[in-house]
Amino acid sequence: MSAPAAAPAQPPALSTRGLSKSFGSLVVANNISMHVPQGARDALIGPNGAGKTTLINLITGMLRPDAGHILLGNDDITALKPHQRVKRGLARTFQINTLFPHLNALEAVTLAVCEERGIAGNFWNSLSACTAAVDEAYAVLGSLGLAADCTRPTRELAYGQQRLLEIALALATKPAILLLDEPAAGVPREESAAVFAALAGLSRNITVLFIEHDMNLVFRFASRIIVMVAGTILAEGTPQEIGADARVREVYLGGARHG
Amino acid sequence: MAFTRTAAADPHRHLHAQAQWQPIELVFWAATLIPFFLFPKYLALASQIAIAALFALSLDLILGYAGIVSLGHAALFGVGAYTAGLLSTLGWGDPLLGLAAGAVAAGLLGYVTSFIIARFRHLALIMITLGLGQLIHEVANKASWLTGGSDGLQGVRIGPLLGRFPFDLYGYTAYAYSLVVLFVVFVFARRLVNSPFGLALRGIRENPVRMPAIGAPSPAHVRKIYTIAAAIAGMAGALLAQTTSTVSLGVLDFQRSADVLVMLILGGAGWLYGGIVGAIIFMVARDQFSGINPQLWYFWIGLLLVCVVMFLPNGVLGCLQLAAPWRSKAS
Repeated sequence: MSAPAAAPAQPPALSTRGLSKSFGSLVVANNISMHVPQGARDALIGPNGAGKTTLINLITGMLRPDAGHILLGNDDITALKPHQRVKRGLARTFQINTLFPHLNALEAVTLAVCEERGIAGNFWNSLSACTAAVDEAYAVLGSLGLAADCTRPTRELAYGQQRLLEIALALATKPAILLLDEPAAGVPREESAAVFAALAGLSRNITVLFIEHDMNLVFRFASRIIVMVAGTILAEGTPQEIGADARVREVYLGGARHG
Repeated sequence: MAFTRTAAADPHRHLHAQAQWQPIELVFWAATLIPFFLFPKYLALASQIAIAALFALSLDLILGYAGIVSLGHAALFGVGAYTAGLLSTLGWGDPLLGLAAGAVAAGLLGYVTSFIIARFRHLALIMITLGLGQLIHEVANKASWLTGGSDGLQGVRIGPLLGRFPFDLYGYTAYAYSLVVLFVVFVFARRLVNSPFGLALRGIRENPVRMPAIGAPSPAHVRKIYTIAAAIAGMAGALLAQTTSTVSLGVLDFQRSADVLVMLILGGAGWLYGGIVGAIIFMVARDQFSGINPQLWYFWIGLLLVCVVMFLPNGVLGCLQLAAPWRSKAS
């Protein structure tokens, strides 16, 4: 396993430089520079209102930053539209279910697959004739345990299933980087394990940044932790480092010892 | 999880079944031939219904599938009507040529305006389409050298269909022509809504916020369907100009935009058939009620509309759908 010594350092999968955003006088992102290494399982934590979801909205292009840059690898994607960033391999899920209520899970995921394959503009072929896309969608649903209920309308699915469908839609875009905004939000504790088990089974080719409030899950799944407070990055490091960081313990962990 | 299923759903069979022609559809289309035999006196009305149905079908593609509300759809209808009418005054009275030209002209207008349409939703979109409709109406009114203004277009002469079938007084040719165009466009629209693109349109209707997050260029999809719907509306306009041999400013009236919306909502948006059923109800009601009291007939339509929206939010068809057992096996 001898790596070539002269190989250039691999750029982080995702990084931000000096990212800032204000709504009027309210600063929601203040000069945020962070990075997520290739293949990482990074957790983004912080108290409510720290600006975690705002950061995801900025990274995915749903909000425009007032200043700063967002990079995928070495490419600056700050000027790209949200759907163009998805095409570059940046996918997200939503804290509050953002699904297609009257489509069934199969249709919804097939739609995402069709967009990924660039065939969603095709108005002449029947959907059922796009067998490869349908198979792929069905496989994604199967990998999350949704295959059996995939022909039920989304709004009739159990809440936990809807959370899994959130992830399925993101996976169907074949992401290189997956941003998960509280993937288990609102899911009962016993079922949230299923959500995280699904995430643990993801390919290591996919880099994951997830927001999570349950510290047990964070310390179990995260390879690194990024702590946000009041629109700024307070600390960034391994769970051990974060657990030992006095500032973090003071503002966030309330002195409790983890890791 | 919570749901136990005896057999896992077969995704291919499920999607195939959704797109399959149902027996009741064939019955419906066979029934459209009835006027030829049972109501030959009403063929002119039948042809007006087919044209209104085509117009409503066009609105269904944008409203029922993509969730794009329009209160100015008559602009596209009118441009199609004036194009076919004007061509005939210049000596090109061939119906199919006029039909194609009407589709192209309205499609072009739709394409140009779609860049605005794709950026807005809800109330803003209603106001914008309303404004565009009024604007086109006023342009046609002022350009009387071209359109004849409020006197209507003079000298519309439509040749025989396919060079063989002149438009007769009883409306045989008119209804056959309108019905065939409606059916052909319907088959096209049916294909479209069952395609990946049709699914993308439903995605836009269901959740425009999620669409970009799955990599979908929603504005591009909206521009495409708006252009297609515009061309179909233009065809409907061209058909009206040709089958009645008249084009007046009425083709661009706000009332026409409102009427087509009423037809679609009555029948039920998002089924393709809703516009057709709505057109039948609306046009027959107008024909009957206006015979009794021409001033009051819209009272009844208004009452019907209020009741349908209150009690049958998915339109008349949506109500039938709930009651019909033939659809449930597909879902």
